[in-house]
Amino acid sequence: MYPKELKYDREHEWIRTEGDVATMGISHFAQDQLGEVVYVDLPSAGDSITAGDAFGEVESVKSVSELFTPVSGEVVEVNEILADAPETVNEDPYGDGWMIKVRLSNPAEVDELMDADGYQAFLAEEA
Amino acid sequence: MSHDARTTPLFEEHIALGARMVHYAGWQMPVQFSGIMEEHTAVRHGVGVFDVCHMSEFRVFGTDAKAALNRIMTNDLDRIDAIGSALYTVMCDEDGGIIDDLIVYHSGDLEYLIVANAGNKETDWAWLTSHLPESVEATDESDRTGLIAVQGPKALGLVRELAGTDWSMPTRFTLSEASLDGIGVLVARTGYTGEDGVELFCHEKDTVALWRLLLSFPEVVPCGLGARDTLRLEMGYALYGSDMDRGVDPVSAGLGWVVPRTKGEFIGAAAIDRIRSAGPQRKLVGLTVSEGVPRHGHDVLHAGGVVGKVASGTYSPTLGHGIATAYVPAELSGEGMRFRIAIRRKTVEAIVTKPPFVKGTSLSASGS
Repeated sequence: MYPKELKYDREHEWIRTEGDVATMGISHFAQDQLGEVVYVDLPSAGDSITAGDAFGEVESVKSVSELFTPVSGEVVEVNEILADAPETVNEDPYGDGWMIKVRLSNPAEVDELMDADGYQAFLAEEA
Repeated sequence: MSHDARTTPLFEEHIALGARMVHYAGWQMPVQFSGIMEEHTAVRHGVGVFDVCHMSEFRVFGTDAKAALNRIMTNDLDRIDAIGSALYTVMCDEDGGIIDDLIVYHSGDLEYLIVANAGNKETDWAWLTSHLPESVEATDESDRTGLIAVQGPKALGLVRELAGTDWSMPTRFTLSEASLDGIGVLVARTGYTGEDGVELFCHEKDTVALWRLLLSFPEVVPCGLGARDTLRLEMGYALYGSDMDRGVDPVSAGLGWVVPRTKGEFIGAAAIDRIRSAGPQRKLVGLTVSEGVPRHGHDVLHAGGVVGKVASGTYSPTLGHGIATAYVPAELSGEGMRFRIAIRRKTVEAIVTKPPFVKGTSLSASGS
């Protein structure tokens, strides 16, 4: 449920880095807490985002959750399928349910994030 | 969860089914079991069951019960002179402010059963008892009454099967007694989903057995407050606390139909008459939203200014987009009027739409 190759933050986003590009989505825990996702609001390619800022939001029938980025950079790609099929976030949070790709302006920010074990320990503390 | 929230007789059942629990109106209630979309769909196309034991039940009886209740309720109890019939109504204060919305059942000779919102129980009880003459008795039966809603196009077939062949289903907005596999219940043909179905009153101690009996049918889906809210809002049914409260009158709330013009004196009549004559300043309208999900409290914008707030808002599982109700100035309340709703960082278009948002449900098909 928490792939080893990913990094996680306390806002329940995950990050996968390939070179200087990071792919971002929300964790299994986050999608489960939300319930069926019905709407995802994301930035546009070309937008700049800064670590700690809200960059979008994800809504389920019952609640809304803001998305906070743990990294800074330029959005280079947005997952267009979520506009028509937001439930993909529930069905495949680490795969087809990814949200944005960011060209990192400060790759060192990724080092601050938790690994899968650290994130699960964090979840256990929160519960 | 804090320990001051009350639990219904079905609390342990919900936990065993893995429900997600929330606090609602002072109660710990299931918000969802398998998921709001699945539960919603089950009720629109099959059958779902809801724990509504948190609702309040008051029994009022005596020779003067009808006259006394007619002074308290806006709707006309003449409409339920037939024993077993039921009436949706509100009760208002002297200013026409809505104290609660309720269903009054003419449950027996000189006897009425009132079902009220959980969150208003103390207020309602105090209001009722302080306005009843000594010749009328009232009892609060909430604690000894279980209530389970069985809703959906397949609900009636299920209840018929359980009640046996020599029993006949009550018509819409009536009730009758039944024995379901030996459990004594009052079957009321009422609900809050837009689908045909019933609400089953039982003794508190039989609630678990009744719940299990219903869930013993594989097609029956347990449903939480989440689906209850999406189902009722798709029909435009008002929710106390969101769509109405003490600060709004029934005419502005779109509930003028529960205040018959021909009725005699009742509390709030003069104030409501004045509002009717002058025309309400604000009206509750339905809104269709193409993008995002409107929620209670979001600003409604027109010509660059804030003209109202979202009363109820959700994502409609049936329609696949956002729907809402909002109070807007009466002169802007016409069907097709366009607003924008501020949903945090952006604004989205909202078009006034006459509820029900979802048409052609089993209730509209059944006619009565």
